Amino acid sequence: MINFLGADPLLSGDIDLTVVLIVVVKTLIIFVLLLVGVMLYIWGMRKVIADMQNRIGPQKAGPFGILQSLADGIKLFFKEQSEPAGSDHRVYLLAPYLSIIPAFLAFAIVPIGGTVSIAGHMTELQLADPEIGVLFLLAMSGIGLYGIMLAGWSSGSKYPLLGSVRASAQMLSYEAALGLAIVGVLVHSGTLSTRAIVNQQAWTGIGSIFTDWFWLPAIGAFVIFLISALAETNHPPFDLAEAEQELTGGFNTEYTGIRFALFYLAEFMNVITMCAIAVTLFLGGPNGPGLGFVASTSWLNTWLMPIFWFFLKLMILLYATVWVRASLPRMRYDRLMDFSWKVMIESAFLWAMATGVIVVGRNEGWNLWIVTPAVAIGAFAIYYLLMACVPSNKELEEIR
Amino acid sequence: MGKFSGFRVTIAQVFKPKVTGNYPKTKRPKPERFHGRHVLNRYEDGMEKCIGCELCAAVCPAQCIYVRGADNPPNAPVSPGERYGIVFEIDYLRCIHCDLCVEACPTEAITETKLFEFSFTNRQDAIYTKRELLVDDNGRAQRQPWELWLGDEDDQTSGWMRATASAGQAAFEGQVGWSGELGVGVRTPEPSQDKTRTAEAADDTEEVALG
Repeated sequence: MINFLGADPLLSGDIDLTVVLIVVVKTLIIFVLLLVGVMLYIWGMRKVIADMQNRIGPQKAGPFGILQSLADGIKLFFKEQSEPAGSDHRVYLLAPYLSIIPAFLAFAIVPIGGTVSIAGHMTELQLADPEIGVLFLLAMSGIGLYGIMLAGWSSGSKYPLLGSVRASAQMLSYEAALGLAIVGVLVHSGTLSTRAIVNQQAWTGIGSIFTDWFWLPAIGAFVIFLISALAETNHPPFDLAEAEQELTGGFNTEYTGIRFALFYLAEFMNVITMCAIAVTLFLGGPNGPGLGFVASTSWLNTWLMPIFWFFLKLMILLYATVWVRASLPRMRYDRLMDFSWKVMIESAFLWAMATGVIVVGRNEGWNLWIVTPAVAIGAFAIYYLLMACVPSNKELEEIR
Repeated sequence: MGKFSGFRVTIAQVFKPKVTGNYPKTKRPKPERFHGRHVLNRYEDGMEKCIGCELCAAVCPAQCIYVRGADNPPNAPVSPGERYGIVFEIDYLRCIHCDLCVEACPTEAITETKLFEFSFTNRQDAIYTKRELLVDDNGRAQRQPWELWLGDEDDQTSGWMRATASAGQAAFEGQVGWSGELGVGVRTPEPSQDKTRTAEAADDTEEVALG
């Protein structure tokens, strides 16, 4: 029971009404946070892209156009719903929810603050802290894939089908790389629980950015994680699923109104979640310097600063995703798959193996000056051996 | 950097001034000879310039102008001469803003403002009559509720320019062959059209290149 519910001290004692209420309130806060977050993210994205294209961007709805996505959402709510005659009705209705619900759930494991005391109960500022931790993220993004796949399949229309086939192949491919990149962190942390991973990256001074936070020890995994997270969320330059010039929108072509909005919402929610997970795994989550001029037990240091650091890091990563969106053209589909299967998965796999050897070597007291170069040489050797087995593009052309 | 040089390009734009403006609230400056909707001018004493000669209607390639002249009432003359334009209508669904009417007008009565932001919901509203076209008592074009007027820039009329570069000679400059207008007086002559001569002209070319 305890293990299933996770390591949150809130759930270790008796579960009374207060505990239930705290969990309910946390659930509501995460729910609203994600909805408002997506709204602000879409607005911010449009503003930042406008910046990068010398434009002004949305500015009419609310101050600086901040309510633009809300207005769009309201419009979509009141739009007429249409459905193709050849659709599989039940699956067609189910698909948007299969997309949106995992997107909500995945955020539950993200620690957005420190451990605080609410109404006499100590609790972690995250909805759930299960022992399976980041595996839950992979599971949820796997289910989200069904939403896209079934949406295309049940539409009874060709373009959505093509789009969903593409999208599911792409997401499957990059999920492998994503999982292996996470392994690169798990080898260091030795635990799957997001809270435990965050606790291992505690702030002990400016140096802990480079020694304790996992982004530098697992730099290869970090890069692979960021790239495959973009691909996993169908974010440009990997947005082949909707490639509007080719597929008139891809899997969501036949969806209108609020059902379409749910897909849209899920997509951006996944971007936010992936960035939040990247912050958790690699950038120390809510850890950061506290305020020196107040006591460390003050609410400023227990409540505010961890949440501030978490959202600051999240915003930096989200800004980076928008920057990528504004900069890079969409990849060609065969190159996208090549990139996943020939580069990302091998690199992630070898990185995880190499990290494993080094971590074991450190624990066993091997001479790291010998082990590290040997591992690096070995990894490169295996990579190039693998590449030698794969036919080059030129050879593939001849085969075709 | 090769594949990643795009990132530098995009981030560099953030620090540059925006190309687009806050359009319906502010307008970009228009070229000096911009052709917008017409006005019927008046002399500085308030008399109408139009004499009802119908030359504008004759020259109009789109045949959008309808004019009828009448004798001035002796005790309350509308224009200084013998006749005045009693009916003056322009159909803006036909007008192509070629400015030929302005060239044809012998009394500089009709000129074009720079205003082009106006719309109608039916064909009848598209026909501007003398009531809408005539400048008001301050010599400014009447602000109709369906037109988007901002500031005074759009009041600058097009016709007086040609008066200072008559017969199409671009080098001809600096002589105002143009009678005074109500509220404005005699307008200043057009700047030189020789682009190498004035900085103002150089700014103009930049503006066009941007647009």
